Amino acid sequence: MPDLLLELFSEEIPARMQAQAAEDLKGLVVEGLRERGLAYEGAASFATPRRLALHVAGLPARQPDSREEKKGPRVGAPEAAVQGFLKSAGLASLDQARIEKDLKKGEFYVAVIERQGRETLDVLAELLPAVIRRFPWPKSMRWGAASARTDSLRWVRPLHGLLATFGPETEETEVVPFSIDGLEASNFTFGHRFMSPSKIKVRRFDDYVPALEKAKVVLDPARRRDIILYDARDLALAQGLELVEDEALLHEVAGLVEWPVALIGEFDAAFLDIPPEVIRATIRANQKCFVLKDPSTGSLANKFVLVANIEARDGGAAIAGGNARVVRARLSDAKFFWETDLKIRLEDRLPKLDQVVFHEKLGTQGERVRRLVLLAGDLAHHVGADPALAARAALLAKADLSSEMVGEFPELQGLMGRYYALAQSEAPAVAEAIGDHYKPQGPNDRIPCEPVSACVALADKLDTLVGFWAIDEKPTGSKDPFALRRAALGAIAIILENKLRLPLRAILESALAHQVATSEAAPTFVLRRLWEEEATDDAELAALAQGGRWAWEFAFEPGKGILAALRRYLEARFSGEAEPRAGDGARYDDLQALLKPYERLHEKSLARHGVTEPEIATELEADFAGERQVFLASRGELIDQLLSFFADRLKVFLRERGERHDLIDAVFALPGQDDILLIARRVEALGNFLDSEEGKNLLVGYRRAANILRAEEKKAGADEATSYREDHAPDALVEPAEIVLAEALAPAAGEAKACVAREDFEGAMGALARLRAPVDAFFDKVTVNAPDPVLRLNRLRLLNELRRAVHEVADFSKIAG
Amino acid sequence: MTDMATEIAPGADGTKGGSLDPARSFQGLILTLQKFWAGQGCVILQPYDLEVGAGTFHPATALRALGPRPWRAAYVQASRRPKDGRYGENPNRLQHYYQFQVIVKPSPPDLQALYLASLDAIGIDLRLHDVRFVEDDWESPTLGAWGLGWECWCDGMEVSQFTYFQQVAGVECAPVAGELTYGLERLAMYVQGVESIYDLNFNGRDGAEKITYGDVFKQAEEEYSRHNFEAANVDMLFQHFKDAEAECRALLAQGDKGARHLMVLPAYDQCLKCSHIFNLLDARGVISVTERQSYILRVRELSKACGAAWLKTEAGGA
Repeated sequence: MPDLLLELFSEEIPARMQAQAAEDLKGLVVEGLRERGLAYEGAASFATPRRLALHVAGLPARQPDSREEKKGPRVGAPEAAVQGFLKSAGLASLDQARIEKDLKKGEFYVAVIERQGRETLDVLAELLPAVIRRFPWPKSMRWGAASARTDSLRWVRPLHGLLATFGPETEETEVVPFSIDGLEASNFTFGHRFMSPSKIKVRRFDDYVPALEKAKVVLDPARRRDIILYDARDLALAQGLELVEDEALLHEVAGLVEWPVALIGEFDAAFLDIPPEVIRATIRANQKCFVLKDPSTGSLANKFVLVANIEARDGGAAIAGGNARVVRARLSDAKFFWETDLKIRLEDRLPKLDQVVFHEKLGTQGERVRRLVLLAGDLAHHVGADPALAARAALLAKADLSSEMVGEFPELQGLMGRYYALAQSEAPAVAEAIGDHYKPQGPNDRIPCEPVSACVALADKLDTLVGFWAIDEKPTGSKDPFALRRAALGAIAIILENKLRLPLRAILESALAHQVATSEAAPTFVLRRLWEEEATDDAELAALAQGGRWAWEFAFEPGKGILAALRRYLEARFSGEAEPRAGDGARYDDLQALLKPYERLHEKSLARHGVTEPEIATELEADFAGERQVFLASRGELIDQLLSFFADRLKVFLRERGERHDLIDAVFALPGQDDILLIARRVEALGNFLDSEEGKNLLVGYRRAANILRAEEKKAGADEATSYREDHAPDALVEPAEIVLAEALAPAAGEAKACVAREDFEGAMGALARLRAPVDAFFDKVTVNAPDPVLRLNRLRLLNELRRAVHEVADFSKIAG
Repeated sequence: MTDMATEIAPGADGTKGGSLDPARSFQGLILTLQKFWAGQGCVILQPYDLEVGAGTFHPATALRALGPRPWRAAYVQASRRPKDGRYGENPNRLQHYYQFQVIVKPSPPDLQALYLASLDAIGIDLRLHDVRFVEDDWESPTLGAWGLGWECWCDGMEVSQFTYFQQVAGVECAPVAGELTYGLERLAMYVQGVESIYDLNFNGRDGAEKITYGDVFKQAEEEYSRHNFEAANVDMLFQHFKDAEAECRALLAQGDKGARHLMVLPAYDQCLKCSHIFNLLDARGVISVTERQSYILRVRELSKACGAAWLKTEAGGA
């Protein structure tokens, strides 16, 4: 069976895009083949910095013939329908269609479309250029003379060669005949840019790979990674050192070379005074080199491994020397940053944070710090942290963002703060809390356990969550640009790992209150504050209007006039016609964006009152007051939504730990559930209970009771259904089984409730377990739908009491399966 | 002065070991690159006579990249970055340094090969060194321009930027130009094997006749650092920014004759002035984070307007 070999030879493809591009190439081509009825035995794709390659093995030489029957309109259908049918079926006239009969539809036309399979080579000649033209690069470009037209071929970087051969495994192959923008498909490629740049003629994949290898190109990225890893380890070993492995760096470096050559370089040991994380970040980020450590001490060595793309004539001496010089210069910079940073105390860096924007709608890092201090204060006694230390750590947690080092290496945030805190003799708990407050960053990251650390780490996450929720930047689908899911998972991990009892609703509410109270610049919160405060006086609002800020928000003067004036004012400011004043020009786009929703709100109100633009009724004020109520109500809703987001994340968290996550809804559905630790413990107890015989049977009994109640409630009127919720009448109990159940219910419910109140969930389950036998006996012996309406009502009430008793522990109706 | 005629004899034409060997002198490096690109049909221009932040701002690149006409040019441009001043104390960072800029429109298919040949011409043996093209996309918010390309590494050091312009002054490039920017000081440090810019041999002579980069520019770095960070008159600069911005708009309005534009280059000069004044104000620390964006947008609006006007001139292809 014939094979396809395709190679797209270009200028250097960014390392980070290569793997996805290879996947996409394979996916698009095999999908196209499948759509065209071409089966294949196997497909594999590869990427190097200069080429994407695809091998599809075992293709047929031609498509199978196909026969398709296409149903058309009924006989006598309107002309337009007939013409549409003829066109879609490719027929010249109705004479070419058959007429079929159907009992329901009567007579209708059927076209039989027979297609002869085409040569696979021709199919490929059509498919491959289509794939190349619509290739999904994350960023693509035009180039060369062809780019005089803006619709010329786009590729990640200029594309220079199309190698495309098709043919049997042994004989000669054919070039797939196609061209794109003047580039013709061929059967040749090129070797390594410097070591073997000449043309290579290729027939098929089996000779392509060795020919490339001979021309100093390793096609398979996995092999390049292996070569780098093993050579780097060997080089390290020869020096008595150990490679600090780095998977992401390995992938990147393998995408920068076609012929990896690992070399060892050295730097002055004096640089080892700099924190090791800084050395590693410097060498990794700027030079894409691996660091080495001394296996006996675990500390970094003054050597590194670089990966060149060439076997140099001098064995790499010049390359290693050159890299060592650059590393030296970079480490000198790092040392300079380190020493400069140490001269400024963390608290003296705080004013600078007012200049660093955290998020345009959430204000600056400075405001964030003020909120963290407040929130850490709220959390301290729940976490068992010294409030003074927690506040201190929160105050300094973000200070390193204005340091030179973090400016250069953002990934060192937190860590540098810890170093600087230790250097200025902060309490160790404060330094650790600063260092750990971004943790945990993922399921494998360390969870802060010292109380002060846990407190600040928690404050950071909850503040982030509340803030982004408040500006309606929630994660949707696969999009979570602010890593809010990770933040919630991190908060859950901290709470559970430290067994923290936290009234989450109250804490989130106060986090939102801190947002509103501390925000000076973020329009969302300024507005909120002014709207929420009854006491906001006219002067303050007027000042806001004159400052160019959203005065149309407020009911005191809901006019389009002010909106237009404001817009004119902003435009003048922006175009520089008016005097520039500190701090107001920049938010032009933000302001424009802000204008829109409020304009809509205003128009809505106008329309509702049938008011045209110039005449503005005073009743609008009442309407705006109504909107204000809606606005305030949304605050409570926001916390509800956030809590159910936490419930969802808790499911994910427990699932990842291999624990039962399907019972969370049953617990979370109970009123007032906002204590993550209790929810998790109750879920665990419930899981154990449902695994037991008693639990399983009780669940069956509960479901039966609940189903009967639901069915009867549905049939009954509202009043009658409500009467099911009343207590049963003891004197209407006649059957021994119902008497036993009735007598068991009250103490079981009482005990379950008491146990829950003591947070003894095992005990509560035990209390419920004692209901199993009476419930089983009840359903065995008693007919609920008794002919006597009094008995029937009493039994329904009994079932309702059973449901209520069970719900003391969990909402069993939310248990799936 | 010694008799120049006798000095010129050995290797002064740029041959190995002579005073104009690119591995021996800064000026030799520049001359070699000029000669190389002249050989590729580029016009060798002189630096633009206004302060600019990068060689890209030279109208020979920023404006000539627009429109359908073919164009090839190469030139040295002083790059002024007031904020990068270090009072002459940092061996790697200057507020005034040189770029060697090449622009070829449309980008030729062998631009990478030409670039590598130029490295060979300045003495970088491509079988001895590790030259790499590492992803680095370029964007200039003030020019309203972006492109895709690489930073070019030699043994782990970035020595050039290589960009295929996709958009300039808010206009799609058609055809696309290829732009090369050589960091001359870095490259010279590499080929001369020195650790500080100030130690670069400028004229390729030895002993008493040797003139270093520091001899030429150290004092300037010290003085300009003082000026940029401490002394520049802020009120005056704010005023100059406004004036230049207004003048740019006025010239653009006055030169606009419908289908044709008659005064783009003078207007663009005013745009360049705005850009540099903004950089100075930024170095003086009087522009807040929020204002920064608005100033950048104001300059961008000017450069976009100049780009649109350029397309209405002869050189712009109208």
